[in-house]
Amino acid sequence: MVQLSRWKIVVLALSLVFGLLLAYPNALSPEMRAKLPGWLPKSALNLGLDLQGGSYLLLEVDVPAMRTKRVDNLVEDVRVTMREAQINLNSLQREPAGVVVSLANPAQQSAAFEALRLLAGGPNQQGVQERQATRLGNDRMRFAFTDAALDSMGVTAVDQSIEVVRRRIDSLGTREPSITRQGSDRIVVQAPGESDPAQLERVIGQTAQLTFQMVESDPQLTQLALQGSVPPDSQLFLDADGVTPLLIKRRVMVSGEQLTRAGVGSDQSGRPAIDFRFDGVGARRFAEATSAENIGKRFAIILDGKVISAPNIIGTIPSGQGQITGGFSIAEASELVNLLNGGALPAPLKVEERRVVTAELGADAVKAGAVSTAIGFGIIVVFMILAYGFLFGGVSVLGLLLNGLLIIAAMSLTQASLTLPGIAGLVLTFAVAVDANVLIYERMRDEARAGRSVIASMDAGFNKAMGTIIDANLTTLVAAGIMFAFGAGPVRGFAWTLTIGVFTSMFSAVLVSQVLLGWWLKTARPKVLPIADTPVKQSVKV
Amino acid sequence: MRGWPLIKILPQKTNFHFVKYARAAGVLSVVLCVASIVSCFYPGLNMGIDFRGGASMEVAKPAGQVIELEEVRAAVGGLGLGDVQVQGIARRDNSAADGSTAILRFQVPEGRDQTQVVQQVEAAIDGAVGQVTYSGVSVVGSKVSGELFTSGLMALGLAVALMFAYIWFRFEPQFGFGAVIGLLHDVILTFGLIVLFKLEFSLNMVAAILTVIGYSMNDTVVVFDRLRENLRKYKTMPLREVIDLSLNETLSRTIITGVTAVMVLAALAVFGGEALFGFSIALMFGIIIGTYSSIYVGAPIILMWGVKRGAAIDEDAKPIKLGMASRP
Repeated sequence: MVQLSRWKIVVLALSLVFGLLLAYPNALSPEMRAKLPGWLPKSALNLGLDLQGGSYLLLEVDVPAMRTKRVDNLVEDVRVTMREAQINLNSLQREPAGVVVSLANPAQQSAAFEALRLLAGGPNQQGVQERQATRLGNDRMRFAFTDAALDSMGVTAVDQSIEVVRRRIDSLGTREPSITRQGSDRIVVQAPGESDPAQLERVIGQTAQLTFQMVESDPQLTQLALQGSVPPDSQLFLDADGVTPLLIKRRVMVSGEQLTRAGVGSDQSGRPAIDFRFDGVGARRFAEATSAENIGKRFAIILDGKVISAPNIIGTIPSGQGQITGGFSIAEASELVNLLNGGALPAPLKVEERRVVTAELGADAVKAGAVSTAIGFGIIVVFMILAYGFLFGGVSVLGLLLNGLLIIAAMSLTQASLTLPGIAGLVLTFAVAVDANVLIYERMRDEARAGRSVIASMDAGFNKAMGTIIDANLTTLVAAGIMFAFGAGPVRGFAWTLTIGVFTSMFSAVLVSQVLLGWWLKTARPKVLPIADTPVKQSVKV
Repeated sequence: MRGWPLIKILPQKTNFHFVKYARAAGVLSVVLCVASIVSCFYPGLNMGIDFRGGASMEVAKPAGQVIELEEVRAAVGGLGLGDVQVQGIARRDNSAADGSTAILRFQVPEGRDQTQVVQQVEAAIDGAVGQVTYSGVSVVGSKVSGELFTSGLMALGLAVALMFAYIWFRFEPQFGFGAVIGLLHDVILTFGLIVLFKLEFSLNMVAAILTVIGYSMNDTVVVFDRLRENLRKYKTMPLREVIDLSLNETLSRTIITGVTAVMVLAALAVFGGEALFGFSIALMFGIIIGTYSSIYVGAPIILMWGVKRGAAIDEDAKPIKLGMASRP
């Protein structure tokens, strides 16, 4: 293990070169970075909000728009329910919170009211009765959201919007944004540093409401609609080409809420497409929509009021899986996939203010953080040299330097945000990185104590310590991997920094000491292990 | 060269009887854990603005003038409202932050009227930086949304479960239990310390707790690794002695690594200013506890449980000589 092998030297040299290449943009000013030739990496560390500030967006959740939309859906529900119960209607009169139903035949009133009561259902999980049917006379009844439901709609919408915005920003990488509610219907999003504000707005600005709706198959009705008489249960859209008019049923067959997963795939001709999978309810509805009676008809896939495609139904799809093709670029497809997986916003978000903010921490605090981190690093260096001498201590310090370089390189490459506690955590990573060296050196001392030669004890030291080092680090890595996969926001950012730190420290602590100590062994041909105990027996009993 | 490198000063071979005090240590640990859990509910964690939310407002001087953020921070910080966040922001009509405007977030202590607190804050700022205008006073929510909280807890639970499974797989089931109980012990006691010192529980504290978990695991695995090795090596030695031997053998490493970490954190606590103080204190304590628990929580649990060795016979109960105790 301590014999110098060529590949170890090559790996070490390569990691040094790549580390330097990826880390050195941090030493340049932003202007100089911009002038670098295109093939050179030019991204520097992305410092967190606490250290460098960033962009600030004040968003207003458009609750009235959401209420209107919810009432629209309610009206459609009533229309479909009445049709299914075979009740003849005189009119459906839309109101701010619901709809007034006028029956054509008063004899059907009890059947109609019963149907509406069933539609209203019982109270929801929070114990709030959301929709209510009331009689207004013999042939008129109202079906509307209750006041309690309308009130909670706003609160829930803001809460849901916060979650969706966070999931979407998380999908862009570990940026550690701060997302807070402000007042009753506003959200403040702060994202650190050079995060592209335009991209941020694009990601937040899209509602991402995806619906599957049937296209009217009767060409006559479409003609009539074009002349101005649109049937009440349908709406005119433009097809994906932006020219052909399509008359589309208002009723939503399946919506994005039923998606369990979307992913980027490719269609038969290899162009990017979006693969999706519905949950149980969605799959059943999707199977109904594509059932035998609808074969030959078209359904439209509508995203935020725009038809992305309107394919022909050629056969029943029972699996709930499908693909959306629509001439996407790969970038568009993956952005859309992220939006769909993050869920739809319950209401549109309006950007009210976009401003620049400075660091959350004051200049003094940032400076104190930097100074103390440097002192912490210095302490490790001094302590290691004091404890293990210039050679062995020095070797582990060199390992630390490579470790630091690789961490900066990896963090710059992945553009993960580095906050002040993150940096402090990294200093602790250094302390634990030293642990790998300590384990190796202590093993060497054990072996030397057992009377082995310098080479044999060094070799055994590396061999035996390796198992421990791997076990200890793999355990940490397992934990970090899980926290990255399932955690959100800051937990995810932390897990990412931890993962990078574990990898680089295991790599540099072991490899640097193997190569450098191997080289020393070869050139100096030592007779005694410098860190071995002096032969004086000094055993302590307690 | 006598006495340097310093490592030569450390006794070559120690022979502390750690296990002898395990019972007393166990009682102490249980008592402290219970006290910590109780303290998390009464008096309870001092939740910061990250978790509880508070109020925010905008403070502005006329364009061209500069508001000293440090002075605002100091003035409002003196009111005892907990962590005050002051951030420079661009004016509404300007794209770059020119230093004339700031946003301010602070907690409204429980049971106090927001308007009253806001007036108090305004008075403090007026006194510190002179005439300014205030706008946009509003309630702000927590930075930790419901989903963030639950997904974080779930991730943590899963991570602990998987670490348990990993150690079970690599070692023995009882090692997994020892490690996880040691881990819980460390986390619970760290929470206890946070309550005791009235440290503000913020997102940074969450990072500190997660780091303690990582360190505690790392430390425990190193001790367990040596224990496993010694169990194979000394097949006839009573379990109690094998544990003592393993703890003594890893002691120099435990001390060096622990001391390095604690020194670094002490530097962060002393020189790192307010932003890092709570974080480093919690971490330092967590690491000391993590080292202690590897010796006095993890290992004794294995002793209590017993270990199957060689031909599946509990050595403590029935010492059978299975082979020569071999020393290399």
